[in-house]
Amino acid sequence: MLAETLHVTPAWYLVLGSLLFGIGAVGLLVRRNPLVMFMCIELMLNAVTLTFVTFSRMLDDIGGQTVVVFVLVVAAAEVVVGLGIIVALLRKRPEATADDLALLEG
Amino acid sequence: MLDIVWLVPALPLAGFLLLLLGGRKLGEPLAGWLATAMCFGSFVTTVVVFFGLLDRPAEERHFTKTLFEWLPVGGLQVDLSFLADPLSITMALFVTGVGTLIHLYSVGYMHGDAGFPRYFVYLNLFVFSMLMLVLGGNLLVTFLGWEGVGACSYWLISFWFGSKANASAGKKAFVTNRIGDWGFMVAMFLAFATIGSINYSDLFASAADGKLAAVTATAIALLLFVGAVGKSAQLPLYLWLPDAMAGPTPVSALIHAATMVTAGVFLMTRVNPILAAAYDWAPDTIAWIGALTAFFAATIAVAQNDIKKVLAYSTVSQLGYMFLAVGTGAYVAAIFHMVTHAFFKALLFLGSGSVIHGMHDEQDMRKMGGLRKFMPITAATFIVGWLAIAGVPPFAGFWSKDEILLAAYDVHPVLWVVGLVTAFLTAFYMSRQVFMVFFGKPSWEEAEAHEAAAVEVEAEATDEATEPEPVAVEAAHHDHPEPHESPWLMTVPLVVLAGLAVLGGAINLPFNHDFKLLEQWLEPVVGASEVHIDVATGTKVALAVLAVALDVVAIAVASVIYLRRRVKPIEPKVLEHAWYYDEAVTAFVGGPGEAGFEGVAAFDRNVIDGAVNGVATSVRGTGRVLRLAQSGFVRSYALGITAGVVVVLGYFLTRLSF
Repeated sequence: MLAETLHVTPAWYLVLGSLLFGIGAVGLLVRRNPLVMFMCIELMLNAVTLTFVTFSRMLDDIGGQTVVVFVLVVAAAEVVVGLGIIVALLRKRPEATADDLALLEG
Repeated sequence: MLDIVWLVPALPLAGFLLLLLGGRKLGEPLAGWLATAMCFGSFVTTVVVFFGLLDRPAEERHFTKTLFEWLPVGGLQVDLSFLADPLSITMALFVTGVGTLIHLYSVGYMHGDAGFPRYFVYLNLFVFSMLMLVLGGNLLVTFLGWEGVGACSYWLISFWFGSKANASAGKKAFVTNRIGDWGFMVAMFLAFATIGSINYSDLFASAADGKLAAVTATAIALLLFVGAVGKSAQLPLYLWLPDAMAGPTPVSALIHAATMVTAGVFLMTRVNPILAAAYDWAPDTIAWIGALTAFFAATIAVAQNDIKKVLAYSTVSQLGYMFLAVGTGAYVAAIFHMVTHAFFKALLFLGSGSVIHGMHDEQDMRKMGGLRKFMPITAATFIVGWLAIAGVPPFAGFWSKDEILLAAYDVHPVLWVVGLVTAFLTAFYMSRQVFMVFFGKPSWEEAEAHEAAAVEVEAEATDEATEPEPVAVEAAHHDHPEPHESPWLMTVPLVVLAGLAVLGGAINLPFNHDFKLLEQWLEPVVGASEVHIDVATGTKVALAVLAVALDVVAIAVASVIYLRRRVKPIEPKVLEHAWYYDEAVTAFVGGPGEAGFEGVAAFDRNVIDGAVNGVATSVRGTGRVLRLAQSGFVRSYALGITAGVVVVLGYFLTRLSF
């Protein structure tokens, strides 16, 4: 039986979390579209959130899940601001990539 | 009665403030009268305090009036306090007394000057500062006055600042005095560091207890002496005083002869317990510098032709006498000579001012002569001053100078010989001056003859406007070069000072103890450190007779040379040029000195400023390099963060694992 042979241990979640994190990190490095880069950041954030929940279960500690609730709230706020900026940017310069937006160089 | 001692400096201060605010509105002569009244009020107050002190028994004749706490800083407590004791009241009496006379004289002398109110503003500020100096209850209050008189001296020397020479003479006085002030300040710091107080009473108590180490006392005394050398124009800092004659003549009389320049002598007398606690060579140094200055300046005075320059060098010389007295421990003699000198030197200066006034601003003695017929009062009073300074008995100068020579004889015969030679020279150059100015043939006519053409044109130009008649023009022309006697405002102070120059010696006659009024009066202040001269009466008389004989010889020699014109005068150029000392200093300061200061300035610019600027430059350079890391590319930042995470993670993993 599938359920008997396939034991879903916490390690699976951790592996999934690191995979998501890796995808996010690589995506952030290789893509130039600001919107996609922003999504990659969100991916990394959620990978960490998943890890928190996993450890919370493993160690039987409610603290991890509490942190996740906080992260969700903050992430929601952050997305509002971030998306707002990106939409405003792309409206002004529809073709802009992240590398074009380098006005703050030293 | 003693409580009102604060009024003594407060009245001139009030006069200063009133004149500062409303002097221009008061104008001439009211501004002058206000200033004179304030100075006179101060004199009256001093007299009241004097009698208040006299009322007390000798050992209780000191009174400290603390107005307020001035600088309470940590361990340093400085009050604004006045110390009324025989010494300070003696000084205050003649400062305000002679000051009042000179204020009065100035009302006449400065008549018609555009800066009339401004002049009296300075003069009242000067009297205030001088009284702070004299009455100060601690070194800092004295220093306040010390700096105040220096500033007033600067303003008054360059009073007619339109001419560059006057302005630079003022600067010279100020800068030279700063060198001395350095000594005063360091002495103050040292006193606070070692004794913990700068109050005179604490300083003297610790000196009397023997708590004050001899080396500290020597250092404090000699540093204060550096200040005194600057203020009282002794070698090697006397340079500024002859140049200070650029100021109005009453200023020369008040500041540069009678009062301010004696501040150094006063200071050394004030700190006599410290001087007594010092090593023996400290007072000896003072005595020698005084004697050498007296001799050096007297030789220069012999060959000067400017009527005021002679008196200026004479002042330097007489101040040298006072320091000789201080150095030999004869403080009473020093103060005695200071008082008599204030009388006769103020008289001589005011007399010379009257001559200059009467001669229409002529100062060259070679263009004078025979003036006694034209200015009888000035001549008579000037002659009194001459006899007083020459040391002819019974005039004031004889008694005080003799005391100093006696003390010098007791300490070191060489000092005495130097003093005696100086006395000879003094009698000689003063006789020369009197003969050149008041006796002999009038010589201004020849001098005027050259300028006659120019004067005539000028006279015609001015006279034609009012009186076109040719006869009147002729008369005016003859009138102009003729000297005239000065107005009563100027002659009254002359007469009063002449009286004092005659009788001044009476305050300390050497016949027996009862006649030594000044010595008894000053006993509580200087008694402990005063030298006790042990010389037989016969020797004393012999010394006095010898001194008088030398004076008479000097006057006789001068009369042969300058009155009868039998011998051609010997006035070597080296003396006329003051031994080329001024030129040498100018050359040194202008040459290697300036180069040295330029070097210091360059060091400051390059090394000190360079270090500060170098730090800024290097920070800016580093920033410029580091700024390149801020590329503005979000992805390279992300790469940096990722690389960092990998490194940190790698570090922890290798440490934790296995």
